[in-house]
Amino acid sequence: MAYARGLKPLAAATAVTMTAALALVFFYAPLDADQGFVQKIFYVHVPMAIVALCGWVAAGVMAIRHLRTGDRSWDVRSYVAIHLSVILGVGVLATGSIWARASWGHWWVWDEPVLVSFLVVFLLYCVYYPLRFSIEDPDRQARYSSVFAIAAGAFVPLNFVAVRLAESFTHPRVLSQTGGDLPGEMRLTFLVSLLAMTLLFVTLWKLELTSKHAEARLKRLRRRLEAREPAAVA
Amino acid sequence: MIRAARAILRKDLRLELRTKESVPAMTLFTVVVFVLFHFGLDRNSLDGSLASGVLWVTLLLAAIIGVTRLFAAEREQGGIDALLLAPVDRTALFLAKAAALFLFLVAVEIVALPAFALLLLGPDLLEALPELLAIVLLADLGLAAVGALVSALAVETRARELIVPLLLLPLLVPVLIGAAHATEPLLRGSQRPEDLGRWLGLLSLYDVVFVLLSVAVFDFLLED
Amino acid sequence: MPALPLDEAGKYVAGAYVVFFALVLVYVAIIGSKIARIARAVEALQGDPSGDTPRADQLVEDE
Repeated sequence: MAYARGLKPLAAATAVTMTAALALVFFYAPLDADQGFVQKIFYVHVPMAIVALCGWVAAGVMAIRHLRTGDRSWDVRSYVAIHLSVILGVGVLATGSIWARASWGHWWVWDEPVLVSFLVVFLLYCVYYPLRFSIEDPDRQARYSSVFAIAAGAFVPLNFVAVRLAESFTHPRVLSQTGGDLPGEMRLTFLVSLLAMTLLFVTLWKLELTSKHAEARLKRLRRRLEAREPAAVA
Repeated sequence: MIRAARAILRKDLRLELRTKESVPAMTLFTVVVFVLFHFGLDRNSLDGSLASGVLWVTLLLAAIIGVTRLFAAEREQGGIDALLLAPVDRTALFLAKAAALFLFLVAVEIVALPAFALLLLGPDLLEALPELLAIVLLADLGLAAVGALVSALAVETRARELIVPLLLLPLLVPVLIGAAHATEPLLRGSQRPEDLGRWLGLLSLYDVVFVLLSVAVFDFLLED
Repeated sequence: MPALPLDEAGKYVAGAYVVFFALVLVYVAIIGSKIARIARAVEALQGDPSGDTPRADQLVEDE
């Protein structure tokens, strides 16, 4: 699989879109009537959350592919997707917390079902690492990781529904404006930001896969040299 | 396949009856935690959402014990290799283990619910019993399916006791939400259940998704 | 919900965007250094007399 092909144009497209998104956020999108300037965090926080959640669900789909075909490269793709989404997840929680602090005065609020649901999902995916790396046999490791990725991927929408149901009873939604009733300029800015975040994810995903691929080739190389001349390997 | 499942289930139940390892431990655990809550919350009686939360969190934590031990017998006696060598459908294995866990949970709840009513609950439990049973059974079904899946996932890892709680608890959040919210009005003493259907619906959806999913992926676990 | 004055709000917004960019940059830096390390290792192996080691850029490009 040629991971590195298309990486440069993809990276370029990402850079361009991210710059465009930033420009739109700070120079085009109008100020929110209620939250003022603080609302700008929305354009980095929500796309990150959406992309992370989609990344996790996509990882589940890749895991299904792995189990179906037995092709371990799909498990690697799944792993990198989960890994990247966890990193984005840290960002989501951090920016969400900053936003909560700026809007509510608290570093965490339970009123935001998306954020709360995200926390639960994030905690679940954090367990992926100890699970994966405590299984030594590589084939088993890949299989069990894929089973986890599928179960967790199915869990993401379920959990979201559950938390939404729970929160809708106690608190009205305050912080989020997930595109439903956004004025035109905000919606455009949001969509461009979302696109930028998606491109970023795909670029980083390909980048890490390239790195892993190179690492695997290096290992194979070393092994071949070792077989040939045991003393020559660095 | 059903016959194979029943056979495994019978074996597990007989083993539990003989060794009495999981169920008494889980039951004792719930009672101890109820006592802890008495001291921790400094309350003699609970009602409403507090009662509901204490009850369900305790049951969920007790489930961890059962889940961790679900494949213990096979692991310790090397029985798992025997099971795998025999032409047993993985689905049968899943159904048997999930059914065993379900029955263990019900056994625990038969003691834990009265204990809860005795120790901590303010309002009368008996009034709410039929609805409570429905909630408990639906929740147990989800617990059993996810518990069997997590138990199998963790069976090969070295850090089993750590992985099981960390995997199980986040996955059970929807069950907790559904069960706790459904139970809360029942434990308020005066009001009739509101929106019970909504929460039972959530629990049912969860159960369906995870039973189907576990059956589908179980073939890829415990395979050599 | 009164909006914060611009200077105060600015700190939070800046903080959020800085967190995001920091995460991305740290990640790219780590992956970049990993790839550099692999390229170097391949170059080191190229001093090897067995002569069938692929070139570093071939290794990272594609197959």
